[in-house]
Amino acid sequence: MQLVLERRPERSAVIAIASPLIAVALTIVTFAALFAIMGKDPLVAIYVYFIEPLTDPFTLQEIAVKATPLVMIAVGLALCYIANIWNIGAEGQFIVGAVCGSWLAVRTNGTDVGHWVLPAMLVLGALGGALYALIPAICRVYFGASEILTSLMLVYVANYGMDYLVRGPWRDPQGLNFPTTAAFDPAASIPTLFEGGRMHVGSIITLIVVMLATVLLGRTIRGFEIRVVGAAPRAARFSGFNADRLVLLTFAISGALAGLAGIIEVAGPIGHLDPGVSSNLGFTAIIVAFLGRLNPGGILIAGLFLALTFIGGEGAQISLKVPLDVTKVFQGILLFYVLACDSLIVYRIRLLRSVRKVAHAAS
Amino acid sequence: MLDVSSQAGSSLPAPLLSAVSISKRYGDFLANDGIDLDLFPAEIHALLGENGAGKSTLVKVMYGLIQPSGGELRWKGQKVVLSGPSEARALGIGMVFQHFSLFENLTVAENVALGLPPKESFAAISARLAETARLYGLPLDPKREVWRLSVGERQRIEIVRALMQNPKLLILDEPTAVLTPQEADQLFIVLERLKNEGRAILYISHKLEEVKRLCDTATILRLGKKVATCNPRQETAASLARMMVGAEIGEVKVPAARTAAAPRLLIHKLTLEPDDPHGTRLKDITLEVCGGEIVGVAGVAGNGQDELFAALSGERHAASAGAIVIDGRAAGHLNVNDRRRMGAAFVPEERLGHGTAPRMKLSENALLTGHAASGMVKGGFISKIAMLAHVDRTTKSFDVRKAKRDPEAVSLSGGNLQKFVVGREILRDPGILVVSQPTWGVDAGAAAVIRQALVDLAGRGSAVLVISQDLDELTEIADRIAVMFHGKLSPPLEAAQATRERLGLLMGGADPAAREDEEEAKHAVGA
Repeated sequence: MQLVLERRPERSAVIAIASPLIAVALTIVTFAALFAIMGKDPLVAIYVYFIEPLTDPFTLQEIAVKATPLVMIAVGLALCYIANIWNIGAEGQFIVGAVCGSWLAVRTNGTDVGHWVLPAMLVLGALGGALYALIPAICRVYFGASEILTSLMLVYVANYGMDYLVRGPWRDPQGLNFPTTAAFDPAASIPTLFEGGRMHVGSIITLIVVMLATVLLGRTIRGFEIRVVGAAPRAARFSGFNADRLVLLTFAISGALAGLAGIIEVAGPIGHLDPGVSSNLGFTAIIVAFLGRLNPGGILIAGLFLALTFIGGEGAQISLKVPLDVTKVFQGILLFYVLACDSLIVYRIRLLRSVRKVAHAAS
Repeated sequence: MLDVSSQAGSSLPAPLLSAVSISKRYGDFLANDGIDLDLFPAEIHALLGENGAGKSTLVKVMYGLIQPSGGELRWKGQKVVLSGPSEARALGIGMVFQHFSLFENLTVAENVALGLPPKESFAAISARLAETARLYGLPLDPKREVWRLSVGERQRIEIVRALMQNPKLLILDEPTAVLTPQEADQLFIVLERLKNEGRAILYISHKLEEVKRLCDTATILRLGKKVATCNPRQETAASLARMMVGAEIGEVKVPAARTAAAPRLLIHKLTLEPDDPHGTRLKDITLEVCGGEIVGVAGVAGNGQDELFAALSGERHAASAGAIVIDGRAAGHLNVNDRRRMGAAFVPEERLGHGTAPRMKLSENALLTGHAASGMVKGGFISKIAMLAHVDRTTKSFDVRKAKRDPEAVSLSGGNLQKFVVGREILRDPGILVVSQPTWGVDAGAAAVIRQALVDLAGRGSAVLVISQDLDELTEIADRIAVMFHGKLSPPLEAAQATRERLGLLMGGADPAAREDEEEAKHAVGA
């Protein structure tokens, strides 16, 4: 008996949809085994992680709040990844977006200048993220530097830059020396959707982004360009598309979306700028992008699922007394399985020889 | 046909390798359907068939690359199961593929050593390589990097590599597809010699004249089934073609006299530096192509044809705008889409990866070259209806055979994809068509369709430039033929004066002007 990977004549549409589901199923099985080894009841663990958060309106809102930045960042990253361009620095673009938007919030704090503040903050956030993302893009186009390394390294620059601001010039004078800005004014905050709830307008913006990205990729010549440059660079050049320009464009878009997610997060659920605003959302979004098959609709579902694991992980911390890092383990296993299952879209597994003869005899 | 029973009763020597009722199923598709084939020592056996007839599948089964779904292989009468090429090689089966698997930046000896079991020292391998090459009259310098070699020389590496394992059976997949007539003649001498040494040779080809000349036996496949095994020398090219296609192949009808109108494509003193270190510099290329005529560019691969195509298509820009003039307008600085909007169309040599995005659907590949100058894009939005309509029209006009309405490009056979790629451009009714290797690795049926379409396009008043290594093709359809050598283009010869000998000499650089450039001459053509 022999296991072989056999190339399919054509990509399997069925597996393309089933692959993330298989990956999730395998992850949950592995996860259950992990809990069994740790001496906890796996069924209880699965319930706490994946079912319990769905039973309570409060945690449902929390899932949406958590998914909002993840989905928005992941959609931008997907545009890059489809074009075979590797923006790993969404985390940094997220932070720079948050910082740029916060600049206006800090400047206008307590002045009550009007309702234009929040929209201007969103624009600044998106712009900041886009410009920051253009640094690795320009380095790649004009100097041939690997965008994977430069975009990743710029995350640390952004992080320390923000750290300086919140510990230095922007620190809240009444903040008891904590490294944080003053709480944003209402005019500089994202409105919530329901009275007393935590879900905010950012979720609506994310849904719009998902829809726009779907149209862009599926219906426009620009989306076609993104797909061709990624799938067949030489054919793309023959088609008259300029790959360098596309590097700049996709980096700018993904940077803008990460920056927008950053300022929405800061002006929404958090309400001020502090060094912990991101909690690695920009990196987790990479998992979301791939789990969602680089497809905006899929990313929406994947983002909600990942958010579920975050919220479930917080619940498990309390009720199962397991560390929060278990959630990260889960996400790592999930990414591993997603990438593994993806090979089934282009390849199929076959058992060779002896097993097949038995099958023939049986039939 | 009758051949199976007649062979069984005869007193022929025992076959070396027999394929007995080999079937191969991919899903619902039967690529091979109960094929019997006997290969005898000291015999050159041709395997003929259109693209998709199942030749490659059968050969891959015989080389252990894929497992048959039914039937069995017998080596000297004993049943064998080949679970991989290494087992096939251990038995004594060698194979030379159509697409070479060579590392360009490694030397000849390094490439050969990589394919051999690591039992031998590198020095020993180099020595044995030189010895084998010398013995069979296949000159090769083991220390040369592959990128410096011509296509013919690269093929020699593959052949020598196979011969170094001393195979009893050598399988060659379309070996002359990339060779000049002179190089092909050299190859035939080697094959005759291998045959006289008692080796069996399985020779896959589309070129019927070649098969008639070289092969003792021919097996013809059509749609996965064996049609016949015959003696090709007793058949005519037409009868072989009929068995392959299952119908008469229409001959390309070339009008007796074409009236060339005003020049539509002008190349004037085009000089272009290569953009990669392995490329060829274009030097002072001048040519005009008039409406209503087909001009051919012959030449051994790697003499600047790729660079010329890139300069004409606009994938690379010429130094001066006036170096390329399309319908009276300087186009040297325009990009590919601007040129398409002026009525030019281009078909590159590589079907997969250059002419099409392999993993994209045909409709998307219609958009690939159609988005600039057609109704497929409106206000930045693409029209799937217009794209599919273009696919349907191409499918119908050019008889593109495919499993469903809109499959991925890579799932089509070579001939069908080529018909699609050429048809996609011709249906846009271009005023100027530049096409590179229009029938490279394409079966007789598809090649006839494509050549006829080119002739018809010129008949409608378009200027057609065909870059091709296939001299038969050029002499069949071109009005004038120029030859590329070392990035220079000879003045075009009228078709009547373009004999194979004259073209062959120009292709080898036997032009007085080219001889001045002695140093470079050594570089490109090789020994």
